[in-house]
Formats: sequence, C-alpha cells, structure tokens
Amino acid sequence: MPERKLIVPDKKLISRRSALKLAGAGAAAATMGPGFMRYAQAQSSEPIRIGFQVHKTGIGAAYGKWYEQTTNAAVKLINEAGGIGGRPVEIVAEDDATDPGRGAEVVEKFATQHKCDVAFGTLFSHVVMGSAPRAGELKIPYFVVSEGHHVASGKLNRYTFQPGITDVRSQVISMAPWIAKNLGKKVTMIFPDFAFGYDHRDYFSAAIKAQGGEVNALIPIPPTETSFSRYFAQIPSGTEVIYHVMVGPAVLTFVKELGEFYGSNHPPLFGFIDSLEAVSLKSPGLEFLEGSYFWEAYPRNAGAKPADADTFYRGKVGVDQYGSSVSDPNDVSTYSHMFGCWETLYIIKQAMEAAGYKGPDDRAKLIEAAEAITTIPEGNEHPQGDKVFNGKIHQVFGHQNITQVKGGVGELVYRTTIEEGMYEPEADYTAMPL
Amino acid sequence: MTARIVALHGAVIVALFLAQFVASDYAVLTITRIMVLAVYALGYNILFGYAGLLSLGHAMFFATGLYGAALGVTRLGMAAPEAFLFATFCGVIVSIVIGFVALRASGVAFMIVTLMFSQAAFLAVLYFGDITRGDEGIVIKDGQRMFPLFGVPMNLADPVLRYNIALAFLAVAIVLCLIAVRSKIGHVLVAIRENESRTAMLGYDVKRYKLIAFVLSGSFAAVSGAAYALLFAYAGSTLASIQYSIHPLLWTLLGGAATVLGPVLGTALMFLLVDFASGFTSASLLFVGVALILLVLFFPKGILGTLRQRYWRWLP
Amino acid sequence: MAFFPHLLLALLEGTVAAAVLALSALGLSLVFGVMRVVNVAHGEFFMLGAMLAWFVAKMAPGGPAVGFLAALIVAPLLVGALAFVTERLLLRRINYDPEATIVATIGLMFVIQQLALSVFGADAKAVPAPFSYRIALPWFGFSGYKLFVVVASVALLLGVWWVLAKTKLGLIMRVTQFDRETATAFGIPVNQVYSAVFVAGAALVAIAAVLIVPIQQAHYLMGLDPLLMSFIVVIIGGLGSIKGSVIAAVIIGLSDGVISIFFSPTLASIIATLAVALVLVFRPQGLFGVPAR
Repeated sequence: MPERKLIVPDKKLISRRSALKLAGAGAAAATMGPGFMRYAQAQSSEPIRIGFQVHKTGIGAAYGKWYEQTTNAAVKLINEAGGIGGRPVEIVAEDDATDPGRGAEVVEKFATQHKCDVAFGTLFSHVVMGSAPRAGELKIPYFVVSEGHHVASGKLNRYTFQPGITDVRSQVISMAPWIAKNLGKKVTMIFPDFAFGYDHRDYFSAAIKAQGGEVNALIPIPPTETSFSRYFAQIPSGTEVIYHVMVGPAVLTFVKELGEFYGSNHPPLFGFIDSLEAVSLKSPGLEFLEGSYFWEAYPRNAGAKPADADTFYRGKVGVDQYGSSVSDPNDVSTYSHMFGCWETLYIIKQAMEAAGYKGPDDRAKLIEAAEAITTIPEGNEHPQGDKVFNGKIHQVFGHQNITQVKGGVGELVYRTTIEEGMYEPEADYTAMPL
Repeated sequence: MTARIVALHGAVIVALFLAQFVASDYAVLTITRIMVLAVYALGYNILFGYAGLLSLGHAMFFATGLYGAALGVTRLGMAAPEAFLFATFCGVIVSIVIGFVALRASGVAFMIVTLMFSQAAFLAVLYFGDITRGDEGIVIKDGQRMFPLFGVPMNLADPVLRYNIALAFLAVAIVLCLIAVRSKIGHVLVAIRENESRTAMLGYDVKRYKLIAFVLSGSFAAVSGAAYALLFAYAGSTLASIQYSIHPLLWTLLGGAATVLGPVLGTALMFLLVDFASGFTSASLLFVGVALILLVLFFPKGILGTLRQRYWRWLP
Repeated sequence: MAFFPHLLLALLEGTVAAAVLALSALGLSLVFGVMRVVNVAHGEFFMLGAMLAWFVAKMAPGGPAVGFLAALIVAPLLVGALAFVTERLLLRRINYDPEATIVATIGLMFVIQQLALSVFGADAKAVPAPFSYRIALPWFGFSGYKLFVVVASVALLLGVWWVLAKTKLGLIMRVTQFDRETATAFGIPVNQVYSAVFVAGAALVAIAAVLIVPIQQAHYLMGLDPLLMSFIVVIIGGLGSIKGSVIAAVIIGLSDGVISIFFSPTLASIIATLAVALVLVFRPQGLFGVPAR
C-alpha cells in the first residue's frame, strides 16, 4: 500500500464555481457546510499520483495484465528521467473488476481518498462509460486507453481524454479504401453484437459505400457465444471479402472454426487483430490464416528493420520481436492496445509540464494544456508513430497498419496516413465549462 | 410501535444526516452509494427475510428502474423527477406481472424461475442493443440531470444534494419497512414463512400476501435502480447481470435477514470490505465468496439476527 | 449458402450442441435428482475440469492425445476430490438445506473463480484436440473432433444410465432419491450415498469439460454458461430424470441451431430462458418428469 501522508485540511473553502452557476441555493449550502472541503496543495516534492484503473479481474483481465506491465515500464522510465516537472510519479493501481459500477467507485476513490492528480488507463468501453461521469463531476482529468468511439462521439465530458490510442471509428474508416482497392468491394461483416461491434458496423458500412463498395451481409454474434460455425453459413456466396472482428475469451475458437468451415479455400479475410489479441498466430488450427490480412494498431511483429523507438519500447516493456513476453514466448501481448498506456503517460507528462501543474487546483490548466496539444512526434515517447490530437473531441489520430500473415507472423503491407483516419468532429468539449 | 424502536431507527437516520458534516469527501461519496444500494437490499429483505422467498433475479427489477430512468431521460425527454416516477411505475408493473407468474412456484423452483426471468431480461437489454447500447450502456449528461424543484434549480451532480437525496430515499424505505413488518402484512408474511399451509388454513389469502411482498420488494429495487442511474449518471447491462441479483442476497444475509436494519448494515459492511480489499489485492471476489460460506456455516441469521437472538429480542 | 447445406450445418451444429448440453447437465441432473439440492458451483467444476485439461495437456509429454487421455483421468479425480471436501465441510454441515446450499455454493463459485484466476491467469487457453481431422463436405468443412464429442457423449450417457438402472449402486441411489427416510430405514447409509453422488456429479462434469474444452477454450469465467444451460436442460427434462435431460438437451440443441438460422441467437436464448421459467411454473415436474409424490 502507498504510504499514508498527513494532509492538513485547508481552512479556506473554495467555492464550487460551476455548481454555483447551476444551482444557486443548493450550491450555496454546499459551500457552507457538509463534506467536500478542499485540501492544501501538495508540496512540490511530493509525487504526482496517477490513479490507474486496471482490469485485474473480470472479463478484461487478460488485457489488464499487459496494461499494467506497460504502465509500470513507462513510469519507471519517466521517473529515471526526473519525473514530471521534477516530481516523481506514483501509480495508485486499483482493480475495477471490469465492472462499470465498481469502475465509478474506483474513480471516486482516486479523486477523493487517494488524492490522485489524474485518473488513467481504462480499456473496456462500458467501464469508461460508467466512470467518466464521475470523473467529470469530481473534476479529475481522466485519460482512457480504450479505442472506443465514446470520447470522440461527444457523449462524455470535458475531463475525459483519449490521447494515446485511436478510436474505432478512425481505425475502421481508414481501412475501407485499402480493402476496396486490394481485396474486393462486396464485404461480409462479422462483428460482436454489442456497442463496440455496432461502431464497426455503422462506420465501416458507410466508409466502404463511399469507396463504391457494399456490405452484402451483416453477421452479428452475441457476446456470450461459444460456438460459431452456424454463423459462417450466413456468409453469401458472392462475398469478396470477409471482414471479422471479435473480442472476448472465445476469440480463438471463433477464428479456428472459421478455418474448419472454409479450409484453405476461403474468400480473402480481413480481420481486426482484436480477434486474436493476446493469441499466437501460430496456434494450432490457425494455419488457414496464412496470407490473410489484419488491421494492427501497432504490428506485434517488429519486422526486418524495426525503428529504434520500437526496439527501445519492446526492451523496456519486456516484449520480444514477435510481441511475446521475453520470459515466455507463449505469452503473447496485447501489442495493438497496450502501447496506448505508454503514450498516454507521456501525454500526461507533456500536458502537466506545459501547464506548470502543481496540484489538483491546477487541473483546469492541465485540461486546457492537454486540449492545446496538436501534433505529437514519433520517438521513444510515442513509439507507435506520430499522431495528431484534436483538442475539441479529446481524441488522438494516428497511423494504422495492415499486415499479412506470412509464415505465421504478420508482415506489414500498408501503413495508412493519419489523414485517412480523420473524420469531421461531432462535438466540441472545449465549449463546456471547466 | 415502541419508543426504543422509533429511537433506534431515528438515531440511524439522524446519524447518517450528521455524518455528512464530518465525513471525508470520499466517505460522503461512498455513503451515498451505500444508501442507494441499501434501499435495494431493504426491498430484497421484505421478500427474502420476512416472506421467506429467495429470489435470484432481483437484478431485473433494479435494471427496470435503472433503464426506466436512463431511457426516460435520454430517449423520452423527461426531466429527472418524471423519469424517476416513470421508472418506479415500470418497476411496479414489472414486479406485478413477474410476481403473478413466479409465485406459482415455490422453494428451489421459485429461485430458478426468478433467475431465468432475470436472465431473459438481461439478454433483452443486449438484444435491444441499438436502444440500450448493450454492455457499453448509456451516460446521462450533466444537463439532463438538472431540474427545477419548486422553482429551485437542482443539480444531481452536486455531491451534497445527492447525499441528501439518497438519505431521503433510505429514510423513507426504512420507515416503510418498519410500518410494513409491524403491520398485519408483516405478521402474515412471517406466518407464511414459518408455515404456509397453516397460514392458509387460518383463512389468510396467502397468494395475495406473497404478491404484496413481491411487488413491494421489486418496487424498492426499481426505486434503487432509478436513483442509481440518475445520481451516478450511468446505466449498462452489467448492472442487470446475475452478479447484481446476488448482491442484495449477500448484503441481507450478512446484516441479518428479517431485521429492518440488517440489510443496511450488510450493504455497508460488504461495500467497505470490497473497497478495502481491492486496494491491496485483486482477489476481492475471494473475500465475498468466503464471507458467504462462513455466514451460511456459522451465522445463518446474520449480524443483527444473531444479536436479536441473543440480546435484543425487541429488534424489528 | 443454399438452404439444404445451411440446414445440414444447423443440424450438425445442433447435434454437437445437444451433446455438449447433455454432457454438462449430466452431473447436475444426478446431484439434483438424488440430493434435491442445486449446486451453483457446478459451472465452476466444469471450468476447473477445463483448466486442468489445459494444464495437463501442457505438462504431458508426447502430444495432444496423451495429454487428453491423462486429463481424462486427472481432471475428474481432482475435481471429485474438491467435491468430496465440499460435501463434507459444507453441504453436510448445513444438512443439505436447499436454500443454504444455494447460498453456500454461490460463495464457493466465487472462491473457485478467484483461485482459478490467481493460479492459471486470465488468458483464455486453447487446448489442442487429441486429433485434428477436418471433414470436407462439398459446401463446408466440419471438425471431426466435434463428432467424436457426440459419440463420447452418447457413450458416457449410456454408461451412467447402465449404472443407475442395472447395478446395485444405482438401485441404492434410486431408493435414496425416492425417499430419504425409507432409505435410512432399509439400512442404506444415506450420508455416504450423498457423498458419492456429489463426487460423481463433479467428476462427470469434469470429464465433460475435458471432452468439450478442445472445441471451446478454457477461461476462468467460462462456468456461468454451462451452469445456466444445465439448469435449463435439467428443468425442462424434469428434475432427476436423466432420460428427460437427454431429451431436453436434444430438443434445445437442435432447435437452438435451427431457430438461429431464422432469428437472432440472442432472441433464441431469451425464448429458451423464458420457456424454462414457464415450464417450472406450469409444469414443475418438467416436460418429461413424473409429478412428485
């Protein structure tokens, strides 16, 4: 447990600006009395405390492990280089059980009990959705690493950011031109029958249409499904490309059964690596994937000539050139997601230093500094590549990669430009009060 | 009602009111949540503790309130208080319908019937994913949580207001429970629990009383769900899953079934246990599991139930 | 795909689903039938069996077939041992009270899940099938191992049926199921029978898991699905009637496969769960059971 510190309550009660504006009488009572006293600003030598909402148990636990490993590696590096603004960084990790109810409680705990400066690290969309309102009300900046479209959609609030990983909408639309040009125009989509899948369905359908193609069948699969063959029968015979994306513990079964169904004689397959995240492409039964294509945010196979930053990042996180743990080659990482933790931490550092962040009273300045970020250069701090951040929708945009499976590893065949993943912003968080 | 019963329950409510002036920020937030969920447990206890009917499907009523409120606000354009009433109304209707059917079964069959109905409700939330956004769920925006009450603007994002709303719900729930269990209804329910056929022979309409308990119980759960959605701004399918049917059972057992304050105590203790455990271990589920087993083995009557048995015979 | 191959696939998948259902439900049906208690941790026994299959397959030298055979021995033994401890320390002490048993086994469910997470980790684990053979039909391919599961399931069911119907052990179980007091009066050691039945139920579900896990994956949260499906099968089939359970498994497996050609599978699940609730309400003895005395 982190060591307990004596925190002296500040006698001066700071007025709750927004509350006053919104709720005259009610808020006046709030400032006068019960609960909610602000605390003295932390001493400058005290660590920056980052609340890490981690899926240690529940359905997200396989990802949580790697998120934790990447986060710890990045924090160690940041601290070795002098911390943030000269102050060391301390991670306060709490399990949210991949449950939105518990997630919200954990954010409350970060904000009010652990006195964290920011909250960070959530992956699963439903936990983000459950937690973000709490972060907004408690005015604690909340940096998620989720790839959901929730932040950019404008559903959340001014305190929630996704600066380290691109959202699913951007990923999906940037794939459509390449698919239409190289694989075919009649696409059958197989996707999970819940919100994440609907984003794939809606945005890809529109994007492929814009390329003169069409989605000729939609095959949603319920999240609790354990057997998949019967769904493959719904794939129409004129299909030119099978587009698949699946998440959850049954992903390998899904892909294996696809192989059993078609054998080696199948239409071109284009999959999102989510379908096989944390799973080896060399698993028995996946031989049929040879030659098929995957979207990867960050290719797990380093390739023949890896960038220096990539090699550096792999070394620090403890991942080999194929994206597996250096201590156990069978332990495959969630390579296309976890880099988001690393990069988000560096964004937090950048924004805090730009804001001259001293303590929780500077959170508004921190938000504005984060919103002011525009271009993010490639390097050790951002090994996945350079990016563009849109402060209005709090969402980052970056390059996407298409790899082809050759000899059981993915080889890069195309890397999109950042522009290919851009879309018209639907919201403007900066217009919201701080 | 004896003076000491009034004094005890009054004291609990007053203590919770005063707590907000001394408690830390975190404690205020935590107690708010505990109070909202305690309403759920109080309702569960009416059916389980007093009428002796173990439901494994109360999440469907909680979810009815949750989605009634969330969809009322986000889809039907209601103000928060209207959405709350709408959600409660939905809860009453759903519990009447489900109760009418499920109460034809008893014992283990009743548990499984409620479990299956609840599972069907959970799947329905996923099935209508285009409306409910399934597992990802619905966020209620700040603007949708503000409303004027008698001309005074209210903002549910304000922690102090929220604390007192939750307290008001809890206080009303405790008072209603007290009245119910000390009235004829309560006595008949206990009689049904102890010996259903004899109660029927004495001329009581057993079915009607069981339905009353079921509907009260389900409505409390819906109220709690609606309050949860509006106060914490989120509704998602996880909150309709089996896990959330087991929670109130656990809380009630811990605090003491068939005691009015037992579920409140149980909710608070279990909440704090999980909160404490998750700070240093990822094995919080282990604590819950072990607690359940130990309770069944050694304290089948729960904390207040045991205290009542040994010392405070007057405890309602 | 044309209608006929589509239907053929649905029937094949439905048959496999029926076998999986019958296998998973067999142990629960036995325990439910004889002891009249609901073991909520049934699904976790399944999960443990699957996890052990993975672990043994990983450790065993000499390829998937050896690992598979080893797991078929190890998994039921270990899971059975856990069930034995559970029965002695938990169920017997609460005197098989139906409600207390449900609560206690819910607790056990959480404990087992958490231990599995801590010991085996959170990743979904693939277990290789003892043999891999793809049956290539003109329209689609089908896993040969899946058909093996169907055969194995039939064999196991026949075996259990034979024990119950034709042996003295089965007679003792049936007497105990019929009436606990009568059994005691006839000098049957009811406690030992209960113990044996509970252990056998757990061992059976562990065997089922070893058979099934190569066509799924082992994961520490996988237990809920077999639990719910087993409930459905056992209830529709009639409590304690193994024959009923098998018929129910076939009906549900096949209809689920065929219905989901035309409707959403989630809708099919909703209909199935509602059907269970309504069967319990209006025909508590199940579709194929006889009314209780």
